[in-house]
Amino acid sequence: MNKPLVGVIAGAILGIVDGATAWFTPAVRFEMESILMGSCVKGMVVGILCGLIARKVHSTTVGLVAGAAFGLLFAYLVAAMPQPDGQHYYLQIMLPGFVLGALTGFLTQRMGVAPA
Amino acid sequence: MSFLPDHALDHLRQVTETPDFSNTRYRIEAELGRGGMGIVYQAWDSQLERAVALKVMDAGYAINQEGKLLAQLEHPGLAPVYDAGSLADGRVYYAMRLIQGRSLDEFLRDEPSLTARLRIFQKICDAVAFAHHRGVIHCDLKPQNIMVGDFGEVFVVDWGVARTLESGPLPSAGTPHYMAPEQSGHGGPPLDVRTDVFALGRILQDLMPPAPPRPLEAIAQKATEPDAAGRFADVARLAADVNLFLAGLPVTAYRDTPLERLVRFCRQNQVLLLLVGSYLAVKLLLFFLAPH
Repeated sequence: MNKPLVGVIAGAILGIVDGATAWFTPAVRFEMESILMGSCVKGMVVGILCGLIARKVHSTTVGLVAGAAFGLLFAYLVAAMPQPDGQHYYLQIMLPGFVLGALTGFLTQRMGVAPA
Repeated sequence: MSFLPDHALDHLRQVTETPDFSNTRYRIEAELGRGGMGIVYQAWDSQLERAVALKVMDAGYAINQEGKLLAQLEHPGLAPVYDAGSLADGRVYYAMRLIQGRSLDEFLRDEPSLTARLRIFQKICDAVAFAHHRGVIHCDLKPQNIMVGDFGEVFVVDWGVARTLESGPLPSAGTPHYMAPEQSGHGGPPLDVRTDVFALGRILQDLMPPAPPRPLEAIAQKATEPDAAGRFADVARLAADVNLFLAGLPVTAYRDTPLERLVRFCRQNQVLLLLVGSYLAVKLLLFFLAPH
């Protein structure tokens, strides 16, 4: 399995898991479907970017830093989008996004095959 | 009647014992060591202008078997044979590379790390496995017969009692502590590569710290099983287990307890566990901080 594909799969799974935790916040439970979809797509985008980097650079540190940066960036973009209740959940979205991005970056470095 | 003084007798003995290389290209410089089958000298090869090691076999060794065996084995871990011949007194000799280094037991006096010791052990295994592949068993592996160079290069020396796998039973030869049981008994099982596996197991025990890790202890124990059938089938398998140990992976000679397996998993996946733990901590923190 190539690294971008590993990134897409890992990002999608982690995104869905992260999105599913929104169920514990009753205020947003009514929009679970869109949260899951958005979180999954965000994870996949971060994953593919991490996978592309992992093809070129073989370094766990680079994977962690790049993943965390992409995770933070895309989480910010999601958090900045206007919400139905008019609020922005920057901390609630960006903090886990940062850690999950780092996790995705780490997994793309450890798993999958880079072209020779 | 007058008697010769002791110093004169010693001198005479030395002159008689020192081989006469006057008709050869070699000039003896110093004695390096004595074994059961001959004496090793440092010598100067006047033709190629380089220092060599000369092994002069004791009288009675008509066929220079060790030299012939070694000449068939070309490996970075084995001293190459340059030349062989006979002296005027009938003794045979062969010239080989002069190895600059210390024996393994001297090397261990510096108390190198366990990893460094095991890396050396792997190189010994590589050289011995190569010889086995060529059908030769050493039969006298011990720390004194392993030379370690200043840059970590390793040489297995003194193939004086080495045998080919086809040469049949061996008369009792070797160093007792490192000899496999089948080497000392009469009419016992035939010698094979597992005879050297036993000696390597003993060497591994010498390399281990006083309280060795249990998997490493199990590897050495399996290698030194009195019954050859219970040992590693060959040196490659022994080396592979040591490799697994060095990589922090489970070894075949030892069955981990569930707790040891858990500890091993945590050690090998520290970053992953840290990231997952961080994520869970963040989520828990956000959950408790959120207004309910």
